[in-house]
Amino acid sequence: MYTEDLLKLLYQRMVLIRTFEERFRSLVEAGRPLGSGHLYAGQEAVAVGVCANLRQQDWIASTHRGHGHCLAKGVEARLMMAELYGKVTSTNKGKGGSMHITDMSKGMLGVNPIVGGGIPHAVGAALASRVLGTDQVAVTFFGDGASNQGTFHESLNLAAVWKLPCIFVCENNHYAESTPVEYSVAVPDIALRAQGYGVPGVVVDGQDVFAMYDAVQSAVERARAGGGPTLIEAKTYRYYGHFLGDNPLRYRSKEEEDYYHERDCILRFRERVLREELLTQQTLDDIDTQVKATIEEAVQFAEAAPLPDPQELYSDVYVSYPLEQLRA
Amino acid sequence: MAIITMREALNQALREEMQRDPEVFIMGEDIGVFEGSYKVTAGLLREFGEKRVIDTPIVEEFIVGAGIGAAMMGLRPVVEIMTINFILLAMDQVVNHAAKIPYMFGGTVRVPLTIRTPGGGGQQLTAQHSQNLEALFAHVPGLKVVAPALPGDAKGMLKAAIRDDNPVLFIENISMYNTRGEVPEGEYLVPLDRAEVKRAGSDITLVGHSKGTLLALDAARRLAEEDGIEAEVVDLRSLRPLDRETIIASVKKTSRAVLVEEGWPTYGVSAEVSASIMEGAFDYLDAPVRRVGGKEVPMPYSKPLENAVIPRVDEVLATVRSLFKR
Repeated sequence: MYTEDLLKLLYQRMVLIRTFEERFRSLVEAGRPLGSGHLYAGQEAVAVGVCANLRQQDWIASTHRGHGHCLAKGVEARLMMAELYGKVTSTNKGKGGSMHITDMSKGMLGVNPIVGGGIPHAVGAALASRVLGTDQVAVTFFGDGASNQGTFHESLNLAAVWKLPCIFVCENNHYAESTPVEYSVAVPDIALRAQGYGVPGVVVDGQDVFAMYDAVQSAVERARAGGGPTLIEAKTYRYYGHFLGDNPLRYRSKEEEDYYHERDCILRFRERVLREELLTQQTLDDIDTQVKATIEEAVQFAEAAPLPDPQELYSDVYVSYPLEQLRA
Repeated sequence: MAIITMREALNQALREEMQRDPEVFIMGEDIGVFEGSYKVTAGLLREFGEKRVIDTPIVEEFIVGAGIGAAMMGLRPVVEIMTINFILLAMDQVVNHAAKIPYMFGGTVRVPLTIRTPGGGGQQLTAQHSQNLEALFAHVPGLKVVAPALPGDAKGMLKAAIRDDNPVLFIENISMYNTRGEVPEGEYLVPLDRAEVKRAGSDITLVGHSKGTLLALDAARRLAEEDGIEAEVVDLRSLRPLDRETIIASVKKTSRAVLVEEGWPTYGVSAEVSASIMEGAFDYLDAPVRRVGGKEVPMPYSKPLENAVIPRVDEVLATVRSLFKR
């Protein structure tokens, strides 16, 4: 049921995200001229399990922790890395940085660091797909923290009422900045909130890319067939602090971190595909090598890329260009 | 030229743009079956159907947010926020998202969203339903904010706003929907970045937008009749971008200015216009720039109190006359 190509894609994208984030971290810690960011390491199976079910013309809306979503949707690592360096040959011409990376040509509606802010954008994209009569679906990623924002509730309700092709993926990594989910949510699973809106709510092991892939596959099929939205709660964990530089041990324990590290999505993928002889050790090693090269090339590209001219300051405050450019 | 109401002019603009471009759709609270709280969307559901005239529940943040998402897809949503007071629930989507997405994304995305919303007082709707909040939004780069005063401009500017590739906040006024004025037939577009001299004069410049322009025109008529003062009236029409050139050219000619707005002057539109005059025409002034605006209180309910808050033509007249007694 999982083709070799699919398995390779799942693995490649997870390793790509992990390597990208680790490299970004090492660059910042080495004092290279980059801003800070919110690392996605640990949550890779969620973004990859979701995006492997999407076409390029399907849309995703992302969060402040968005590098993984971008890479999973196919945004080029070197353009992202250049953006993190504030370079002009990059995803956002140096105007966005970590918290605003976007690539409309890849169906990426934008990393969005206002918690809950991107959710209605995805529903709007799904609404556009209905008005235009296409079969595109939209996915909104958001965290456990955003599930307490009004935009989540307004958006899920309307997507349900209008049966829009929108999938709500809640990445419950257990902490909204430092606030534990048990403190802020009175039900055991955020997925239970789906009942209040008359849509299916599914709890998934977000550290298992197979489980994520399967759950999202059903949700996408349902959405494309006009069945409306699904709320998927992926239980997951971020390996680092809220942002690069935050010490998470101020609000969570080493034992808890160890528990989730033992269930690492990449380790478990490797164990399963080797045990079930779905991919060979050589294939996995080759992917590791290729990804490492891709990321090194991305860093070299970003280091060498030009910084924006200060005259670019006032460009793109207002825009005007033909619609055809949007419709890749 | 037909003489029609502001309401009819806005309705014509929406209908014509929806006929012209299938990617224009409208969305808001009670705009379909009920035809809008102020009946601006009358007849549109019948003509264009539920796919393009979308009633929403009471969800202002969602309305603007979903409008942004659809606009990013290349559609041209026109969303109605029932009154500007309620747009505060959507402030994040307007200021943090609509205004900034094209810039943050390096110009690779556009947000051709029009937000229509009326402000203003005078209906005894009290403090939370009688505000003029356009200055809050005119403060923000990335937004276009327009507030026409006359039906012809309203029609031409709403059509231009819908065709514009940027988010436009289109300010109406609940006390002005029955205002009548000349509206050209057929295709009529008014640019979103130009003020217009609505009455030429040589003695003083009156600057206003929306209801402030109507007060200024009224005052100018009476000044000519009763005092022999010829006032020039500059209707800003657009608040961002602000057409400083037209304001300054007029003040250089008249050497005096009184600025009129229905909203609170403190940090208001008239504060910005005043600063622009200081920067661009200081040496030409024969008198200090004066402002007439809403009294700086939350709007009270009782009629005599409400009347005392909203600027009146006699206040404009008194202010102008005070500048000629020196």
